[in-house]
Amino acid sequence: MDNESQYSGYSYKSSHSRSSRKHRDRRDRHRSKSRDSSSRADKSVTIQAPGEPLLDAESTRGDDRDDNWGETTTVVTGTSEHSVSNEDLTRASKELEDSSPLECRRFAGPVLSGVLGLFALLTPLAFLLLPQLLWRDSLEPCGTPCEGLYVSLAFKLLVLLISSWALFLRPPRATLPRFFVFRCLLMALVFLFVASYWLFYGVRVLEPRERDYRGIVGYAVSLVDALLFIQYLALVLLEVRHLRPAFCLKVVRTTDGASRFYSVGHLSIQRAAVWVLDHYYTDFPVYNPALLNLPKSILSKKMSGFKVYSLGEENSTNNSTGQSRAMIAAAARRRDNSHNEYYYEEAEMDRRVRKRKARLVVAVEEAFTHIKRLQDDEAASSPKHPREVMDPREAAQAIFAPMARAMQKYLRTTRQQPYHSMESIIAHLQFCITHNMTPKAFLERYLAPGPTMQYQRENGSRGRQWTLVSEEPVTSALRQGLVFSLRRLDFALVVTVTPLPFLNLGEEFIDPKSHKFVMRLQSETSV
Amino acid sequence: QQRIEIHKLRDGDNLILGFSIGGGIDQDPSQNPFSEDKTDKGIYVTRVSKGGPAEVAGLRMGDKIMQVNGWDMTMVTHDQARKKLTKKNEDVVRLLVTRKSLENAVRQSMMQH
Repeated sequence: MDNESQYSGYSYKSSHSRSSRKHRDRRDRHRSKSRDSSSRADKSVTIQAPGEPLLDAESTRGDDRDDNWGETTTVVTGTSEHSVSNEDLTRASKELEDSSPLECRRFAGPVLSGVLGLFALLTPLAFLLLPQLLWRDSLEPCGTPCEGLYVSLAFKLLVLLISSWALFLRPPRATLPRFFVFRCLLMALVFLFVASYWLFYGVRVLEPRERDYRGIVGYAVSLVDALLFIQYLALVLLEVRHLRPAFCLKVVRTTDGASRFYSVGHLSIQRAAVWVLDHYYTDFPVYNPALLNLPKSILSKKMSGFKVYSLGEENSTNNSTGQSRAMIAAAARRRDNSHNEYYYEEAEMDRRVRKRKARLVVAVEEAFTHIKRLQDDEAASSPKHPREVMDPREAAQAIFAPMARAMQKYLRTTRQQPYHSMESIIAHLQFCITHNMTPKAFLERYLAPGPTMQYQRENGSRGRQWTLVSEEPVTSALRQGLVFSLRRLDFALVVTVTPLPFLNLGEEFIDPKSHKFVMRLQSETSV
Repeated sequence: QQRIEIHKLRDGDNLILGFSIGGGIDQDPSQNPFSEDKTDKGIYVTRVSKGGPAEVAGLRMGDKIMQVNGWDMTMVTHDQARKKLTKKNEDVVRLLVTRKSLENAVRQSMMQH
């Protein structure tokens, strides 16, 4: 019973994902527009990206969870996987209440623009149909030219529909703090166009009951043309302008200094922030808070052992800074051997990690030799060696036992044990066996810290909360020397913008026949 | 700088002087072991045969030949130098050579003043 309760506490992650599975369907069709102008006043605003907080709730829990699964569990029974403890239930219900107000806000922008788009698409059809419905008898008959215009109208509407679907109907990946200037501009433009067309139509066609039907059809075709051009404008403004690289962004993580350089085009600060975050999840190694600091034993020796006495002066009020400065200077002058200890401790740590890694590799290699993939023809014709046929999950569990201890020791040495539960290791082992991977391929996940995406959970209804901190309004464009930072609860990413240098490309033509060589001479003649 | 007069030795049909030269404007100056400045493309004496007329006349290995019978040797090709030294109708060649030890002595005497 003791073993099982430990295990189910450890499978908090897997049950957590199961209970909020229903949130997964709501994540489907969004758009990345947001008219949320409530946070317009302050400068520090929020970006939300879909996903789930990895370490927010768990970063403090890592220590008190029991890591002895390598020694205590030998066989995994089916019952403990499906048990949901009480605390999981309360946590799931709390998340349910948290997420619902955010969902509504995420939908406001896309719904509005969807309605506007639909209205704009249906307008030409309305222009055509209204005269037919209202005053069909008094319309002039219009033969072949009208039919030609009908065909062109139909095809243009089809093209508009398809390209709108391709360009705009994509699930948005982030909600931006301020509204997206270009999109709002385009939506305003569309609204203006359609409104002015309707106005003209209402005054000049509906009122006097215009009889020239061909003119009306031509008018509807011109509206569709205008919509196509607006879509071209949207394509250029929203997609193409950002493709050509113009700036180099340096992204540095504040806690451990991991840095990357990226090239982007002309973007506003908030869009550049979303772009950086996209690449953060796939490029940066995961942030492991356990790996950061120098051990206290090394650092604490520095400032001890000095007391400052002031002789004589009674009214020495402002001497505190002077005293501390004196202490620092004295401590610096004292012979400091902490760098020595740091060096030796690092070397020792390296050696320990390497030793554990060697044991792990050997154990895994040996474990993999225990199973073999069953070929199809062997299954039919082997009555003399009846072997138990297993599916991947059982095979994984069967060979997990011999390597469990070495794996657990290795993860503990490299401080990775919060990221890999026993369940996840068995799942990964099953995956590797199914795809015929070698032990080395199985181990690549554990030997090097992977990008943050690797440790994500699948459910992402609430999104990951990032805060964009900047001294400039976030809708302004990138320019040289701009610095903004993206903050999360326990670390931040600082982004610096530098423009890419202007390239002066010259030309030099080399005649292919001009490559000639001579031998170096050194002769000696006797005279 | 030293003036050396070598009397050629008649050996059958040839007139030999008893030394070998290296260098020239068409050669690679960086492989010259005797020159101080490795871009010097002048003609250097690379070998002096024992007992030959050159040794008798006082020519030493490593000497740089500046003139042969009045012809300048500092800007000639290897072949031109060879030709100037082996003219068939001359029995005596008068060389103007300079030697490293000579140069040092000259420099030292100049420094003393």
